[in-house]
Amino acid sequence: MKLVTAIVKPFVLEDVKGALEQIGVLGMTVSEVQGYGRQKGHTEVYRGAEYSVDFVPKVRVEVVADDTLADKVVDAIVESARTGKIGDGKVWVTPVDSVIRVRTGERGSDAV
Amino acid sequence: MDGLDTGDTAWMLASTALVLLMTPGLAFFYGGMVRSKSVLNMMMMSLSAMGLVGILWALYGYSMAFGNDVGAGLVGNPFEAWGLKGLFVGSYTGDAISYPLSGTIPALVFVSFQATFAIITVALVSGAVADRMKFGAWLLFAGIWATIVYFPVAHWVFAFSNESSGVVGGWIANNLAAIDFAGGTAVHINAGSAALALVLVLGKRRGWPRESMRPHNLPFVMLGAGLLWFGWFGFNAGSALGANGIAGFAMINTVVATCAAMLGWLITEKVRDGKPTSLGAASGIVAGLVAITPSCSSISPMGAILLGLIAGVVCALAVGLKFRFGFDDSLDVVGVHLVGGIIGTVLIGFLADPGSPAGVAGLFYGGGVDQLWRQVVGAVAVLLYSFTISYVIALVVKAIMGLRVDAEDEVTGIDEAEHAESAYDFSTLRSIGGSGTPRPDAAPPAAAAPIPAHASKES
Repeated sequence: MKLVTAIVKPFVLEDVKGALEQIGVLGMTVSEVQGYGRQKGHTEVYRGAEYSVDFVPKVRVEVVADDTLADKVVDAIVESARTGKIGDGKVWVTPVDSVIRVRTGERGSDAV
Repeated sequence: MDGLDTGDTAWMLASTALVLLMTPGLAFFYGGMVRSKSVLNMMMMSLSAMGLVGILWALYGYSMAFGNDVGAGLVGNPFEAWGLKGLFVGSYTGDAISYPLSGTIPALVFVSFQATFAIITVALVSGAVADRMKFGAWLLFAGIWATIVYFPVAHWVFAFSNESSGVVGGWIANNLAAIDFAGGTAVHINAGSAALALVLVLGKRRGWPRESMRPHNLPFVMLGAGLLWFGWFGFNAGSALGANGIAGFAMINTVVATCAAMLGWLITEKVRDGKPTSLGAASGIVAGLVAITPSCSSISPMGAILLGLIAGVVCALAVGLKFRFGFDDSLDVVGVHLVGGIIGTVLIGFLADPGSPAGVAGLFYGGGVDQLWRQVVGAVAVLLYSFTISYVIALVVKAIMGLRVDAEDEVTGIDEAEHAESAYDFSTLRSIGGSGTPRPDAAPPAAAAPIPAHASKES
């Protein structure tokens, strides 16, 4: 199993969610995060004093998927989150040792 | 009852309520500008001024400001109306209604109206000391400052001599005859100078100006500016002390000067920074209100627009001074109230229109420099007195109890350190346990009984 983690722009979240549902992903975890990459932050001005705000708001989407589905998950996210502008985000894949469903105690693929 | 005017009294009762609302309005204006970890302390400095100064005013403040002068127009006799004695005994019902009056309104209405001025002036100072001043030290400073700075200066500026009753007033109002209708000197120059002195003794916030100290809630700031403008109609039009033409004149000037100042501030930002900001709009409103405060009875509405525009532009530029000179006047009490107060007070010397209620001609109306020098002397006198005495008070309070909270408390947040509260609870972890559980040794409040952890799963 794989954990697919994506950092994307907040406004593409609906598109990403829709694309994942299309390919049969049944669940995901979403969190609001802040950070920066090459895009860096922006500048704000208060009473003439400039402040550079380095961290910009992003959304982190986490999906646990079977090895067979992981590549499709990645593709779906990349396709739906891409605007072509700087700051579109990153997607990475990490191996997962085990997954357990809390309610039933099922393990592995059955628990996803 | 001869002398009493119910219309005047009704307006002054309303004005008193309007001006009192300015202080919570100021609390929102200031509170929104600080970071979320110190908003409660910021607002508490304003609210505590209501509690503290209101009492001092009734005990001896009113008497020091409006009692018979004890010499040279410097201060009223604090014992004359100690505890408001002599101001309320009378017959309030029946055929022989008779009780003390102040002009055409009951004396106690005038006492209440002026109490609200004392309160807001003290509260204004607090904007300079955001995030770092011990609450106890603030209260001590505020009490001493009201007593030996505001009450005497209010006497100088607001206490007019009354020949028929023989009461002698303050030197700026009577001997110098500077025009300050509602408190450009006594309130704004006074508070701004005190703020500057206090921050010089207190020192800058940790990390200022390197770290970002952005306003945490700009809608609060705009709400506060709105409440201030609303209340300011009582401040300025109420200073006519009656429901009359002078009040109406002050009213329109308080409208147009403020509009112009907001536009002036926004235009300055658009030209200098590229974007007009909401903080700039709110700040421009306050700068305009400050500048029109002394001048609303003495300049024409077109003069008021010019004055407001100047105040908006100059104050927008003046708030940058603290970075050049390195003093952390956190919320720009100096840049807005001291500078705005000076603009409003001194420009009367140029813009005073003989057709206005004050009936004085400024330099632009052929009056020469006669009124101008009086305005300058009044402004400078209040500035120097307030700055000097405030500096000494700050040193004394520092020696007695220290002015600043610990470095760690300042970084963690003064709300937790000084008030044991936090303004916002957005974390669900906190409200269902976590860091928000009752202390084991505290008596369990019945309403706050902990919810069993499995409660939601049983349904």
